[in-house]
Amino acid sequence: MDNAAFSITQMRVSYARKEVIKGVSVSIMPNTVTALIGPSGCGKSTFIRSLNRINDLIPSFRISGDIIYRQKDIYDKETDVVELRRRIGMVFQKPNPFPKSIYENIAYGLRIHGLNIKDTIDETVESSLKKAALWDEVKDNLKQNALTLSGGQQQRLCIARTLATQPEVILFDEPCSALDPISTAKIEELIHHLKQSYTIIIVTHNMQQAARVSEYAGFFLLGELIEFGKTQELFTAPKDKRTEDYITGRFG
Amino acid sequence: MKTTTKQKIAFSILFLCTIMVVLPVLFVLGIIIKNGWHGINWQFLTTMPKDGMRGGGIYPAIVGTLYLVSLSIVFSLPIGLLAAIYLNEYAKDNLLTRLIRLAIVNLSGVSSVVYGLFGLALFVTFMKFGVSILSGALTLAIMNLPIVITASREALASVPYSFREVSYSLGLSRWQTIRHSVLPFAIPGILTGAILSLARAAGETAPILFTVAAFYLPKLPDSIFDQAMALPYHLYIISTQIPNISTETRYATALVLVGIVFSMNIIAVVIRARLRKRKKW
Repeated sequence: MDNAAFSITQMRVSYARKEVIKGVSVSIMPNTVTALIGPSGCGKSTFIRSLNRINDLIPSFRISGDIIYRQKDIYDKETDVVELRRRIGMVFQKPNPFPKSIYENIAYGLRIHGLNIKDTIDETVESSLKKAALWDEVKDNLKQNALTLSGGQQQRLCIARTLATQPEVILFDEPCSALDPISTAKIEELIHHLKQSYTIIIVTHNMQQAARVSEYAGFFLLGELIEFGKTQELFTAPKDKRTEDYITGRFG
Repeated sequence: MKTTTKQKIAFSILFLCTIMVVLPVLFVLGIIIKNGWHGINWQFLTTMPKDGMRGGGIYPAIVGTLYLVSLSIVFSLPIGLLAAIYLNEYAKDNLLTRLIRLAIVNLSGVSSVVYGLFGLALFVTFMKFGVSILSGALTLAIMNLPIVITASREALASVPYSFREVSYSLGLSRWQTIRHSVLPFAIPGILTGAILSLARAAGETAPILFTVAAFYLPKLPDSIFDQAMALPYHLYIISTQIPNISTETRYATALVLVGIVFSMNIIAVVIRARLRKRKKW
């Protein structure tokens, strides 16, 4: 599929000789939400963490296969990893703002990327917070320490921080697992809006969440992608017995 | 025996041991303060020694110690910090790294007189800096490197991994990550370690014995290539080499030295406490 954002063929990942992804092939469509589900330790987090090469930080990490993003091999020696990570943003499981002000959390990345015009930074901070549906709650307290926000607000701040660097893709690694249901609903709504402008891949333990937010879904089990397809089909008419067992709650 | 009785006995033993750690410190401090307090006045702190050091003040020794301590940190902090950054952020866990770490641990166990002789051989003789403030400060800096490196590494390691992860995910390079997402949060810890190392440098005698310390100088040093008097060495000579010196002068000198070391330690503790209060991650 030429118009795919990601084309992945035979991805294999191991940590210190233990294989955790065993030959996964899949295409991810641009401007869609793709949800990855599966029990703990099935490799779904490792999978998305391999797409922005954040796993490179782990010394024992080894990967093989073709992992193509926009016609370019992510793991090619020529690839500019820093630029790649800017284009493929990531929101982590635990909200992790820096212990700085709300404003600084967003502005600091911009400044390091060489943006020095205060008005432009102000505008980007505002527009990012608006896109992350946080602006109305924090606009009067931008100088406040980000750690004083609630967990859900912190996670939306992290999303705003990612949006500010203008990525093309946003990877969500279980973004709601530490949040209460109301905050979760807000983030889901946000993801729904964001897909118009971004390609989104979300790893989640929560199957209702996957069903609610995504158009495509994949089921991982023991390092293999058991099934991948339209979310509706995967949840209503799974082709594989194991997928059916998992989504009906027979294991996992 | 009842469990509660056993517990009480155990508690008492533990408490006694703790007291035994604190008591000598209080005892030493108490004696020094009691005997030295009256010897301390403005004149004692700000004038040159007189009458073969039996009278006058200890001004040059205080100044010498401050010079030595400040110059030594100029060398030890940058080198120690950069080494710590390398070890904590860049070095792979291989044989070389383990050897370096082992060397640092061993360096902190080397006795200070060995550093003194090393400084004499390397800086005074081989590099021809002579017996000078520069040689003494470099010797103290090398002695302090393990402390600075260890404290800086601990400070860097206490910055959560997630800060680095986020930073990389935002498209920051490795150096940008260290510079902007790790170092700022480690600075208070690094400073604490640096000040503690200064306190040690201020109090040591052996490393400065052959590299800088002068028995008596009629004037203050003009440059880093001059010799200098220093408090610990001055205390040593007025206590052992000069007869008929008043007890009060000796104790007052000791009090000034201990006072400098203590205030540095207190500054370090205050910085650390403020850091803990601010730290919420």
